[in-house]
Amino acid sequence: MIGNDLPAMSIADLQSLLRRREVSPSEVIDGLRERIEAIDGNLGAYLSLDVEAAMKEAERANVDLPLGGIPFAIKDIINVMGQPCSCASKILNGYRAPYDATVVQKLRAAGAIPFGKTNLDEFAMGSSTENSALKSTRNPWDLSRVPGGSSGGSAAAVAADEAFGALGSDTGGSIRQPAALCGVVGLKPTYGRVSRFGLVAFASSLDQIGPVTKTVRDAALIMNVIAGHDPQDSTSLSEPVADYVVELGNDLRGVRLGVPKEYMIEGIDPQVRAAIDAAVKQLNSLGAEIIEVSLPGTEYAIAVYYIIATAEASANLARFDGVRYGYRAENPKDMLDLYGRTREEGFGPEVKRRIILGTYVLSSGYYDAYYLRAQKVRELIRRDFASAFEKVDALISPTSPVAAFKVGERVADPLQMYLADIFTIAANLAGICGISVPCGFAELDAHRLPIGLQLLGKPLDEARILQVAHAYEQSTDWHKARPPIAADVPKQ
Amino acid sequence: MAGNSDLDVAYVARLTRINLTEDEAKIFQKQLDDVLKYVEKLRQLDVTGVDAGTHALPVFNVFRDDAPRDWFTAEQALSNAPRQANGLFVVPKVVE
Repeated sequence: MIGNDLPAMSIADLQSLLRRREVSPSEVIDGLRERIEAIDGNLGAYLSLDVEAAMKEAERANVDLPLGGIPFAIKDIINVMGQPCSCASKILNGYRAPYDATVVQKLRAAGAIPFGKTNLDEFAMGSSTENSALKSTRNPWDLSRVPGGSSGGSAAAVAADEAFGALGSDTGGSIRQPAALCGVVGLKPTYGRVSRFGLVAFASSLDQIGPVTKTVRDAALIMNVIAGHDPQDSTSLSEPVADYVVELGNDLRGVRLGVPKEYMIEGIDPQVRAAIDAAVKQLNSLGAEIIEVSLPGTEYAIAVYYIIATAEASANLARFDGVRYGYRAENPKDMLDLYGRTREEGFGPEVKRRIILGTYVLSSGYYDAYYLRAQKVRELIRRDFASAFEKVDALISPTSPVAAFKVGERVADPLQMYLADIFTIAANLAGICGISVPCGFAELDAHRLPIGLQLLGKPLDEARILQVAHAYEQSTDWHKARPPIAADVPKQ
Repeated sequence: MAGNSDLDVAYVARLTRINLTEDEAKIFQKQLDDVLKYVEKLRQLDVTGVDAGTHALPVFNVFRDDAPRDWFTAEQALSNAPRQANGLFVVPKVVE
């Protein structure tokens, strides 16, 4: 197990090995570093590594803590003290975080070791990680394709065994969609379940931090550490936190799962549809009752999202002005010149587009027609879910209508890119929780490309979707498959 | 110059304090016109009597104890500043 196979382990398996003292935390860091050196040049998952700091922490790690000695990758939009937090933007060039986000504090308190920062679409705006101003991240299953986004670096790193687990953030699907496209597990918790203190804000009524892992059990292990109330985040909920790992043990008899008829739309790739149909049958055979439900607001979700998310982004990104941190344009002649050129040179095209659209939909004369109407439709979408959840315990859908698409295929048409999020966005609008778990492969151009099954749960019912996802995962072999880039690493 | 919607990208860009080149403004105008055309579908829905939603579990009136605690020193707060001097952020002159 030692050496080159080490990085392929799940967190739970690594934990047992560490606790039996069969491997040391320093050896784990070494194994990971070797793996990253061997393949990240082609994959591009990491923006920065801090091996030295990780090594120091490994030397004094207490492996008996809940995540003792486990190295973690963190999406580069979450502050880790002393490390860069670039948001994959030029505008944060040179910034080093002067504090730890609450999730990072909690991981450290549980013995985990922040190891490196992963690539993303600039300020988490995108669905392919192609909007990163700093680096191109590829899909480990086919390097000519995108890893999904915006947490594409986190998902690619975990899929290619460059990380045991990672944190991402999900505003409209940014954890679940890349998890699906890379063949790993991604959980978006209920809005308010995990503190966002230290997460650079994109759309404050939608953003949520969650885990990206190789198995559902690992996602539960991380949730046990990061969930809970934080006085530093006023949207954080004080409801008690379940023991998500203990809850995994239950079987699926009596569990009612809803299939929204609006989700089986045209435009779903036939291979994705076949995989989801098979997964539904499998869940049924495990004892779950399958019920058709209706979410009539589904077709409006993307429109609502691109009004609300851009409106909130336009306000949140006003802070990047070249005064207090990050990039500043050279030789500004006055303040307006400083602002105008700093933001012109510092932001990439997608960020500029969204700030402009968001400013427009909030402006006098258009506020009611766009923003207020979008908030009302959002309420209708929330009610759709509330009434569906009166009949069922969780909902099933594809995570993404297609498997990973080619690099460059959608960049010229932002609207096409937005449509990639059709199945994930509504959960953020309604504030509910969702998980993506591997459920098969599409065959495209002689490559196997992962397909993700999405389970959506009631507010604060993470335990339920983790339980269903775990039961499904354990009854299949999809999560054991490894991408060629990880499986082909030569033995040293 | 505006396109097929009421949005005038060049004008709104000035409000957002983002300088745009003419070419960039032209591309954004087309792309954002497409997005605004797409979101018009929201007008098909009757939202009479619907309250503007926020999220699944709204919380209100959240306060922390009004107690002092350790936070950034001035030095830490200035550590990322592009320009600083005498414990202050330095910017171009604002007042004549």
